[in-house]
Amino acid sequence: MTDFLAMGGYAAYVWPAYAVFFAVLAWDYAAPALRRRRALRELRARLARQSVRKGASA
Amino acid sequence: MRPGSTAAACTAVLRRDLLLAWRRRGDAAFPVLYALIVATLFPFALGPEDALLARIAAGVVLLTVLLAMLLAFDALFRPDLEDGSLELLLLAPQPLALLLGMKILAHWLTTALPLIVIAPLLAMMLHLPAPAQPVLLAALLLGTPLLSLLGAVLVALTAGTHRSGMLLALMLLPLTVPVVIFAAGAVSAAEAGLPHLAPLLWLGAALVLALVLAPLACAAALRIALDA
Amino acid sequence: MNTLTLWLHKLGSPPTFYRFAGAVRPWLLAAALLAGAIGLYGGLVLAPADYQQGDAYRIIFIHVPSAWMGLFIYACMAAAGFVALVWRIKLAEIVAMECAPIGAAFTFITLVTGSLWGKPMWGTWWTWDARLTSELVLLFLYLGVIGLYYAIEDRRKAARAAAFLALIGIINLPIVHFSVQWWNTLHQGSTVRILGPSHIAPSMLWPLLAMALATKLYFGASLLGRARVALLAQEGGKDWVRALAQPEGSRP
Repeated sequence: MTDFLAMGGYAAYVWPAYAVFFAVLAWDYAAPALRRRRALRELRARLARQSVRKGASA
Repeated sequence: MRPGSTAAACTAVLRRDLLLAWRRRGDAAFPVLYALIVATLFPFALGPEDALLARIAAGVVLLTVLLAMLLAFDALFRPDLEDGSLELLLLAPQPLALLLGMKILAHWLTTALPLIVIAPLLAMMLHLPAPAQPVLLAALLLGTPLLSLLGAVLVALTAGTHRSGMLLALMLLPLTVPVVIFAAGAVSAAEAGLPHLAPLLWLGAALVLALVLAPLACAAALRIALDA
Repeated sequence: MNTLTLWLHKLGSPPTFYRFAGAVRPWLLAAALLAGAIGLYGGLVLAPADYQQGDAYRIIFIHVPSAWMGLFIYACMAAAGFVALVWRIKLAEIVAMECAPIGAAFTFITLVTGSLWGKPMWGTWWTWDARLTSELVLLFLYLGVIGLYYAIEDRRKAARAAAFLALIGIINLPIVHFSVQWWNTLHQGSTVRILGPSHIAPSMLWPLLAMALATKLYFGASLLGRARVALLAQEGGKDWVRALAQPEGSRP
């Protein structure tokens, strides 16, 4: 197992490359989740404001 | 020319822009002074040795002219956008692409031509070898209209946004890579005494292509930016 | 119209697309992870060491698929942008604009893994090799599209302008590639051409293709996810979005 990790002496280049690959794709996959939460929060705030305004004008 | 015909409209737009530029001809000096100052910064940064300067002279002149034009692009549509005459151009019955072609021509005459006039001075200051001087001029004469046409399309895209200078650079500079490569390639080939006609012909071919397609793309881009 | 075009037509409406994307996305991701696992197992464990580069060449299994994805996604973006410009379909605009960050991510991965691979092979982190340079220009093209999309306030107009820039970019891609190749031969001698294995052993080839499939499946999953969120953000006014936001709001 250790020589697998050693990657023929090039471990210092192969594993960081794979780390960057998975890190960037993980971030790319997770980024919309944050945007989704923010979008829903803003939408709910707008809905709440509208219902208050409708309540006040009724 | 019958009044109201396309030819009359085109000459009217060209005459108007050149007249406006002539009335404020002091502004034409800005790109020239900018290029002069930037070109003189290089010896301060890299040292005055002739051999080194000669090696980088062509590239410095080309990139300085490119950056000076990049800064001057803002004046292409912004004044007309602010006083509303751009909307009138959009509503004109004549083909918008031709009218915009005239505006791009006027812009090239008022900004790029002065730069081409002083380019030999810059090249001489940076000790560009003599055989390369005419080729540099030819490369600029073919390259700068190409840059003007390409830049006009991208300026039209960002016509709606304010303070879009940096954005224009991010969008335009990657697209000017081929122009820079072939222009600098021609001059360095001439310096080395190699045949330098091929890159110039490539630039000429690209220019002819851009002359036909860029005004059309610029008209489409302006319609997207202004009335979508 | 037959069922396929009817289904495709219905897919154009945001709520239908939202539900469809939500359903398909996990399956795409699962398939991507499966294909990726198989590909990496084949590439990292089964494939023999390269006679010249030893094990350093194993970076190829993420470097080359990412490079392919960088170009593939740009083509998808330009195609979706063309549809958006010609037929003014809101969903095509969203798909085109959500392609850009994924493409930029893959191009960035290509550059970093290429540099990491170049260090042991050429001794430097960055060389002006023709392909790496073209890849860098491709990254700038992506950033230009993303920058323009966020510079214009009105979402629909921003999408159409950025889609137009993507079309200009796709015309320029071959020109840039050709001119960089020409420029590279002009200043040749900087790199030894061992990065691109012209004849690749079959035991190394199938993991590469498996990874290419995995990255495409991943692209589908990520794109659908991003398109769903963009729909939510843009269609805030519509009642199908309000209905969606409401029950989640009622939960404590």
